[in-house]
Amino acid sequence: MTDLIQTVDWSRAQFALTAMYHWLFVPLTIGLALIVAIMETIYVRTSDPRWKGITKFWMTLFGINFACGVATGIILEFEFGTNWSNYSWFVGDIFGAPLAIEGLLAFFMEATFVAVMFFGWNKVSRRFHLASTWLTALGVCLSALWILVANAWMQNPVGMRFDPAKMRNVMDNFMEVAFNAVAVNKFFHAVFSGWCLAGVFVVGVSAWLMIKGRNNDAARRSMTVGAWVGLAGIVMTLCTGHGSAQQVSRVQPMKLAAMEGLYEGSRGQDLVAAGILDPAKKPGDGRQAMLFSIDIPKGLSLLIDGTTDRFVPGIDDLIAGRTIEADGDTVYSTSYADRIASGKLAIAALRDYERARKDADPKAMAEAEATLKANFENFGYGYLPSPEDAVPPVGLTFYSFHIMVALGGYLLAFFALVIFACHCRGGRMASKTWFAVVAIASIPLVWICSQAGWVTAEVGRQPWTIQNLLPVNAAISDIPASSVQLTFWIFAALFTLMLAAEACIMLRYISHASKGDITR
Amino acid sequence: MTELSFLQHYWWLLISILGALLVFLLFVQGGQSMLAGRLAPAERTLLVNSLGRKWEFTFTTLVVFGGAFFASFPLFYSTSFGGAYWLWMLILVSFVLQAVSYEFRRKRGNLYGTRTYDFFLAANGLMGCVLLGVAVGGMFFGAEFTVAKANILDPLSPVISRWAPTRGLEAIASWRNLLLGVAVFFLARTQAALYFVNNIGGNPALTRRMRAATLRNGIVFAVLFVGFLLVLLSADGLRASADGTFVAEPCMYLHSLLAWWPLALVFVLAVVAVLYAIGRTGLDAEWRGGIWWSGAGTIIVVATLFALAGYQGAAYYPSTLEPQASLSIANSSSSEFTLKVMAWVSIIIPFVAAYIFAVWRKMNATPLTASEVESDSHSY
Repeated sequence: MTDLIQTVDWSRAQFALTAMYHWLFVPLTIGLALIVAIMETIYVRTSDPRWKGITKFWMTLFGINFACGVATGIILEFEFGTNWSNYSWFVGDIFGAPLAIEGLLAFFMEATFVAVMFFGWNKVSRRFHLASTWLTALGVCLSALWILVANAWMQNPVGMRFDPAKMRNVMDNFMEVAFNAVAVNKFFHAVFSGWCLAGVFVVGVSAWLMIKGRNNDAARRSMTVGAWVGLAGIVMTLCTGHGSAQQVSRVQPMKLAAMEGLYEGSRGQDLVAAGILDPAKKPGDGRQAMLFSIDIPKGLSLLIDGTTDRFVPGIDDLIAGRTIEADGDTVYSTSYADRIASGKLAIAALRDYERARKDADPKAMAEAEATLKANFENFGYGYLPSPEDAVPPVGLTFYSFHIMVALGGYLLAFFALVIFACHCRGGRMASKTWFAVVAIASIPLVWICSQAGWVTAEVGRQPWTIQNLLPVNAAISDIPASSVQLTFWIFAALFTLMLAAEACIMLRYISHASKGDITR
Repeated sequence: MTELSFLQHYWWLLISILGALLVFLLFVQGGQSMLAGRLAPAERTLLVNSLGRKWEFTFTTLVVFGGAFFASFPLFYSTSFGGAYWLWMLILVSFVLQAVSYEFRRKRGNLYGTRTYDFFLAANGLMGCVLLGVAVGGMFFGAEFTVAKANILDPLSPVISRWAPTRGLEAIASWRNLLLGVAVFFLARTQAALYFVNNIGGNPALTRRMRAATLRNGIVFAVLFVGFLLVLLSADGLRASADGTFVAEPCMYLHSLLAWWPLALVFVLAVVAVLYAIGRTGLDAEWRGGIWWSGAGTIIVVATLFALAGYQGAAYYPSTLEPQASLSIANSSSSEFTLKVMAWVSIIIPFVAAYIFAVWRKMNATPLTASEVESDSHSY
């Protein structure tokens, strides 16, 4: 049992490590692909060779980053099998399809046209090259689409049914899986956040070039493109983020409660703008959750459905199955203890079904199947020892969510400032030292924001690999904890060395290339 | 044949084709392994850049191969990847090293020096080919696993597929798997030499050496491949009986091949095409088209081997611990609905193949030269 728990924890750590490193590179790839495509389009439309040089400058940075995204991406795909083999079987029928489509539709498009993008300048026509650049950008987006369809399905499993004979879930509605509302929102949220991140990167690097007095014209042009892409990105990210929070309130209320550090909900629930959680707080202990907080009155209720008197359940409410109705009455429905009991019934019914199937007893099979069907929505709860085990790590979810939101707000202001700097007073502000300091300091901040978003999404889903259906402790592979621990450290070292090399190469390239004329 | 059975066969065909394409594209790895030999720096850079325009195809095909297996035969995905942990981890690590090495090797500030990245490329060249060959070897000669779906009902020990404690290292130690792995390695080197002859221009001395390398590696490959074939065709296999239980059958793969004699004929012709490519490239100083003959032959040979593994009721992943837990296309596939949806999606494959072919032709219209590499700001 101890080894099982350790295997689960190390497998989670390894997957989190890989996903977080992967997400360091991917949003920059998504955003830079668009920015480079826009720059090349300007070049093709204007025939101004300076834009060709600018495009090539950013394309090289795109290429350096792209390689790292590819390297970390392959590990992610195969880790579903290596570390989460039960998961791969239990939902492979549904989850595998988007992954295969991603490979067919997107990866080949990227692999084919990225080679033209890098090496085709003198081998294909200008328009063919431009088309290749846009197709690479499209391929990058399609990759994001299908993996996010898969991820969204883990947050909101739809379009499937359980097949007791095979002891797994099977897809019965592909369109529901592909156009799952969570998937659509998540896709746009992730892609727009990539635009935002790449916008900050381009603005920050351009600002550095300007205070160094290198390639001022190219830097100003780059900054303008980066700023507009970034502004569009952050505005749309905030809009889709709002949509995402509303969806979380519907399909993952426990995650929303953890995001807000909310234990006891109320009608007209306040929104925590900033605060410090009491680290000793446990579900149901009656202590105050927050040591300090600045609240927006009725903000959370307003946020999730636009009304100020909506009841928002906290962690304790969800565990107890408690709701406060419009007339103020407290009503109890299914508690987590009930769900666990129901989940255990479902597991027992599946065991009975299997026994009856082996005995070729159709009557017993039908009875067991009926019990299973009646309790299947709580199947995953049957693996949980206690209701408190269904609560995600509140501190990590709360702080990552608030860091993401705060930095998102900052980035909106930042891009407004950059647009102002680019277009007002002859663009003089953009060459000020203080402006460059702000722009450069914003580069790590946008990455922190981006990572915090994923930490919120994934840590907030715990303990589930698939919401309500399969907890992490039932999803793993039969591997000793020591093996996973070893591969965790191997990957940690490998990815860190890779990141260090990438950062160093980028910095050296920016520094070296900008000493010459990058527009040539 | 039921619709489900048809779809299972269709998806095994696609898996076979993807696997075959992957083995063909391993010429990139074969070429990387040649970087460990004696080469002038300019020659090494030329070879790297020649391969560097294709490495992503191999990488992508590997990823798609994995994704397609996950979607169509998820029980294989969960059993093999979750069980042969160390085998797959070694493969993955080698591909991670490859992915950054092309882009980083000659960039300023790469921290570890060009030689380190070239070593990574060579390491991926060796490990990628041999270990993928070992992994595929398990599909013929078996692996040490059990599958019990009811395990998922035990919260204290829920894992369905379990493996021997060596977690895939025993597969690497199996001489039959290694025989296939090393044969794949020399095939990849042979094809790399053929590719270089086709793709590199303006360096007659290097081309001459590559023609010689084609012959050298091709002969070693031919010997190893014949050895593998003899071992395979004389090996026992597991075939599903009418009630679905697996029964051991001596020389099963030989029987399967003879039962489908037109396939056997195509197989022999494909082997002849590979040998023709090797022989003519080595002996005819003007001929550059060997890669196409060899490539087509390789794809057909490997697809045929996959067909032998999966069709005619064979267990394509025999369990040496518990034969009845072996995997066949019938007992390890996705549901009919998923296979059908994926079959519709597979309609795009010809379009994907068409644009890859068109772009490949456009980019390879003229051979790569040292001067082109030097003048290209993005060269590796």
